[in-house]
Amino acid sequence: MDVITLSRWQFAVATLFHFLFVPLTLGLVVMVAIMETIYVRTGNEEYKRMAKFWGKIFLINFALGVVTGITLEFQFGTNWAGYSKYVGDIFGSLLAVEATVAFFLESTFLGIWVFGWDRLSKKFHNACIWLVAIGSNFSAYWILVANSWMQHPVGYVIRDGRAELSNFWAVITQPFAVITFFHVILAAYTLAAFVVMGFSAYHILRKQHISFFTKSFRIAVIFAVVCSILNIVVGDFHGKEMAKAQPTKLASAEAVWKTAKGAPFYLIAFPDEQNERNYVEALGIPKFLSWLALGDKDAEFKGLKAWPKEERPPVTMTFVSFRLMVGLGFLFALVAIIAWFRRNRPEESRPLLYILIGMIPLPYIAVSLGWIVTEVGRQPWIVYGVMKTADAGSKIAAYQVGISLAAFISIYTLLGVACFALMLKFALKGPEPLPEAEK
Amino acid sequence: MLLIIWFLLWGVLWAVYFMLDGFDLGLGALNPFISRSEKDRRIIYNSMGPFWDGNEVWLITAGGVTFAAFPTAYAVMFSSLYTPLLLILFGLILRGVAFEFRSKVDNPGWRLLWDICHFFGSFGPALLLGVAFANIFKGVPIDGEGVLQGSLLSLLNPYGILGGLLFVLLFLVHGALWLAVKAPGDLEARAGRAASGLWWFLLLVAVLFLGGTWSETKLFNNYLARPFLLVVPLALVLALLVTKGFIVVRKWVAAWLCSAGTIVLATLFGVIGLYPNLLPSSLDPKFSMTVYNSASSPLTLKIMLAVALVFVPIVMIYQAWAYFKFGDKVTDEALTQDEAY
Repeated sequence: MDVITLSRWQFAVATLFHFLFVPLTLGLVVMVAIMETIYVRTGNEEYKRMAKFWGKIFLINFALGVVTGITLEFQFGTNWAGYSKYVGDIFGSLLAVEATVAFFLESTFLGIWVFGWDRLSKKFHNACIWLVAIGSNFSAYWILVANSWMQHPVGYVIRDGRAELSNFWAVITQPFAVITFFHVILAAYTLAAFVVMGFSAYHILRKQHISFFTKSFRIAVIFAVVCSILNIVVGDFHGKEMAKAQPTKLASAEAVWKTAKGAPFYLIAFPDEQNERNYVEALGIPKFLSWLALGDKDAEFKGLKAWPKEERPPVTMTFVSFRLMVGLGFLFALVAIIAWFRRNRPEESRPLLYILIGMIPLPYIAVSLGWIVTEVGRQPWIVYGVMKTADAGSKIAAYQVGISLAAFISIYTLLGVACFALMLKFALKGPEPLPEAEK
Repeated sequence: MLLIIWFLLWGVLWAVYFMLDGFDLGLGALNPFISRSEKDRRIIYNSMGPFWDGNEVWLITAGGVTFAAFPTAYAVMFSSLYTPLLLILFGLILRGVAFEFRSKVDNPGWRLLWDICHFFGSFGPALLLGVAFANIFKGVPIDGEGVLQGSLLSLLNPYGILGGLLFVLLFLVHGALWLAVKAPGDLEARAGRAASGLWWFLLLVAVLFLGGTWSETKLFNNYLARPFLLVVPLALVLALLVTKGFIVVRKWVAAWLCSAGTIVLATLFGVIGLYPNLLPSSLDPKFSMTVYNSASSPLTLKIMLAVALVFVPIVMIYQAWAYFKFGDKVTDEALTQDEAY
């Protein structure tokens, strides 16, 4: 394989692995902060134990998220030197801002929070975890602004053979970035909520720590219901932005080949890339796709054939990932709504509890699929319409990348297994028993 | 002017990274040689506990600023140093995870596994960062396209290795002093003795490195052209000597601060000598990456400068506060805490 292909695999492995840990930290930190806030407000020790218990799971995740994040930043230089030279003026600055304004806040105050339970006043200690929450959510904004610029470049001029910043404000406030941010954040909160509900369900089913886990469940279910429903709305906005900014991605995600006015939406379809058509198209809803994506049921939806073959992304992968992600999104909302109605007495709804346990992996799959749609669907561009991925690599020996890719895969697999095993261990063990004196 | 400011800021960020992560990398490398019991090891891990993560962010920032301010140099530097950089990253990954994982399963084999990862994840990056920076000072064989010519082994030249040793020793002394500040009783005494003994090796390697710098690099040219800059290497020598003075009188905090100063001044010494190069080419000076041919546009540099001037001091203030707040000895009570490493 050539350097570009190997580098793409390496970046994909590194990103998807990184993003196994990030969404849980983004969402769980807010829940932990809320738990501690309730403890500080009411003095109820149970909420302190909750903050510590879920905080421990958060910490195991956080460590992996941080160390795997560093490799992503450095890979732009090591593997994508062409890209870094061409767009570093814009892209590099966004990464630097992210570190300066967000990562420091997050990691410094997390250290203080972990080691400061007995050293700081209750209120100040609680403020620390809120600062961590603000820092981590803020970092998500900056990195998604950077990613959105690759999807929909704005605020730049081409000068001296590279892209240079012309309007910083336009880059950091473009609607594509704002919508992407909300889409990702809501997905992260949904994921964290389903993890908390799932583990809580396990303990409630086993009739242990019922009060502790019912309280956790009730905090999480609010997140689940609000975020999963909102995300369907935001996802729709995102699709409409995509229609404007990245028509080839949308056409692939929907597997539409022919340009048509009032395009129908097929509930069942599967692309045949070879012959530029779909193997099956069934259960069509007339004009629905045009209405959904373009806001007008008679609007013209551009099909993939409108672009030369070399400007289309891999259709099947984009389409399948998109369909599955959307389907999972609706499933989350449905289950969250059911859980919401059972929130006061979850122990009486045993089937629901089993379902919630089984659902723990699903949001992880959904966010990974989302990234596959975003990044694979952007191909063959690294910066949509501006730079091709094929022109973006480093001039290095392929064997170097081959070795590092193998190292990434093996180290990450081992670490991933260890991390999830540890999380599972602590989640299933339940909260620490109360110290003797407090019983 | 903007370019000079950014060049200095670039140097300062790497210097702060070395100063802060330096002690925990050094302490990680020292750990197997100085700890005699599981309790010693736990004191060592917990002495770095609240800080290592925040320290590592300085690496992300230094890398990010290289990318933002000098994207072309970033691309050439990082791709030409591909293998050493990825080894550093893998080391840092294993090390970071070791902190979080080792105390989570009460099993000697499990802890030993992470102790090993932590050692190599500390020693390796310390050594390789030194090798990388010495090669940057010396110049690497990059051609006009910014592509490395010649094998990776060419990075392991005597001067590069000397740079690696220098970093390891700087960090070991720095880490030993941190442990002397944080550890109680016997471990404090051993850490102090280690710092004291290692200091002589550091002195030896530092002298050799300065000699090597004179003969192998062009760093001194800037100093000879503007002799007032010699303040920096003189202050460096002074800081190194005063460190020893404070070690002798067992003033650990003062010695640690002097050792921090030594690391910062050593980095700045190299960086000032490098100007206007960020990565000199050993093939032909016209292939070198300089502030002139690799910087971002003035608009980006101005925006980033505003961000840096506002946020970096704020970060320094709250991190300094954290050091102040958690600078006391690791106590037995602290080790029994549920959150302790």
